[in-house]
Amino acid sequence: MATAPLRIAGASGFWGDRNDALLDQVRGGPVDVVMLDYLAEITMSILRVKKLRDPQGGYAGDFLKALKPALGDVVARGIRVVTNAGGMNPRACAEAVVKLARDAGHRGVRVGLVEGDDVADRLGALLAQGVSLANLDTGASFSTIRERVASANVYLGADPIAEALRAGAQIVVTGRCTDSALALGPLLAHFDWPADDWNRRAAGVVAGHVIECGGQASGGNFCGGWESVPDLANLGYPIAEVEASGDFVVTKHPGLGGLVTPAVVKEQLLYEIGDPRAYPTPDATADFTSFSLEDLGRDRVRISGVRGGPPPEHLKVSISYQDGWTNAVGLTFVWPHAVERARATEKLLLDRCRKLGIEIDEHHVDWIGVNAAHGAMAPPPPGGEPNEVLFRMAIRTRDRESAKRFGEEIAPLVLSGVPGACSGLLTGRPEPRAIVNFWPALVPRSAAHGSVEVLES
Amino acid sequence: MRRPLYDLAHTRAGDKGDVCNIGIIARQPAYWPVIRRELTAERVKAWFGDWCGGPVERYELPNLEALNFVLRRALDGGGLVSLRLDTQGKTYGYALLRMEIDVPDDLDVPRLAPAPAG
Repeated sequence: MATAPLRIAGASGFWGDRNDALLDQVRGGPVDVVMLDYLAEITMSILRVKKLRDPQGGYAGDFLKALKPALGDVVARGIRVVTNAGGMNPRACAEAVVKLARDAGHRGVRVGLVEGDDVADRLGALLAQGVSLANLDTGASFSTIRERVASANVYLGADPIAEALRAGAQIVVTGRCTDSALALGPLLAHFDWPADDWNRRAAGVVAGHVIECGGQASGGNFCGGWESVPDLANLGYPIAEVEASGDFVVTKHPGLGGLVTPAVVKEQLLYEIGDPRAYPTPDATADFTSFSLEDLGRDRVRISGVRGGPPPEHLKVSISYQDGWTNAVGLTFVWPHAVERARATEKLLLDRCRKLGIEIDEHHVDWIGVNAAHGAMAPPPPGGEPNEVLFRMAIRTRDRESAKRFGEEIAPLVLSGVPGACSGLLTGRPEPRAIVNFWPALVPRSAAHGSVEVLES
Repeated sequence: MRRPLYDLAHTRAGDKGDVCNIGIIARQPAYWPVIRRELTAERVKAWFGDWCGGPVERYELPNLEALNFVLRRALDGGGLVSLRLDTQGKTYGYALLRMEIDVPDDLDVPRLAPAPAG
């Protein structure tokens, strides 16, 4: 059994993150594995639309941009790369990676492909089996959205990733899986932890949770002392050095910017969790109150003693569905009485919609600079009078045409509305955007199995 | 004395659907008992008012000297649907750090938050 720590580097926290982080992680020092997370709740629905437009699309193409300059180093040093960039089309993504390797003259690179998360075609069968697919958050009945479903993907766990790595894959591409599986998969393949070793599996989940959000675990978005973080322009993304026991050290490459202290790591540990005693994944249930943190100094924080238990009986499925249209318009009003004129403009726009027959389901107004981020929790500005206010009005409609016509109503107000306004940030005729909403539900573990295939360049 | 929570704690917030979670972490070990005592689920729920349509759950993480608040129906339907400026509640922790809490007079807490307006 391997005893040296496995060094897993994070290089992407979402689709849209820095494409040069992968090269930095590979060139900045020794690493064994690099994991790249591309999938947020909102990402799958965007990728679904892309796949509808192009059957070869539907994955996070940024992964190829990140991989291209790093591939030579990855191949030469035998670094494993694990990513969920496959999104709605992992096969097309894996094939594109094979082509990228071939075009760069690298033959024999093995690319693991994990599929099986897409259950959109099986929802009817699941309903017939008595699975309710009721909304996990609200309890609402699935029948209210059934006709509008756009995609359905189960969160797979780490075992298929481990299987692909054991089969010799150097690069593994998945669709929807838990973010932490991107770290736990390589750990299972490397250390051969028993399938029911819940403590060590949970440790891998926690390690993955820490490094799956890119720079957020090494000094990015650090509330507890952002002034003290060196060189964010060269931020070194986080690295977990995981020992055979499951204990691990969070660190970063010394030559890059950023900061790894207990305060930094604590913020990331708390990111997007619910009940900390029972953080559920398909691989284990992790207890975030069980472990201890130790500052080893020089950007090294040790986490030890993670405990966990078996995973829940059910898997989470993320269903996306069409839910109307939205648009947002804006105008900047200057001193004096900027808020009063913004308020008058809200009424004016609603009157115009009434006159033109534009049907709005809901609207929301922000006075940016006064109350937009935190509403009534923010006190009025000093002196009660802001220097300027960016008026923003966002709407939801049932149909695209209403949202489009609403967008056309803002520019004329510079000449025909309340005085003292300029277009500011939100210029021209803003285009409507389709809302693809998110519906979490549970399915039995038997509903989805990750299938593994290994391609070769 | 009354002090903004910002002086005693730092934060990170995240989203899952229409649920926003806010982690609140003591800046110093001596602040942890104060935060633990003052920050109840009821106070957080009241502070967010109609910005949070559902219940607020409160969890303790003594190993991190931190609290985790889970605010349900807090994101105007969720990140994909919300009409608000901050669709995912990324900044909601800062909203909570504005709240003033009672701090023992003998506790040395340097001022970090800007002076109140007005």
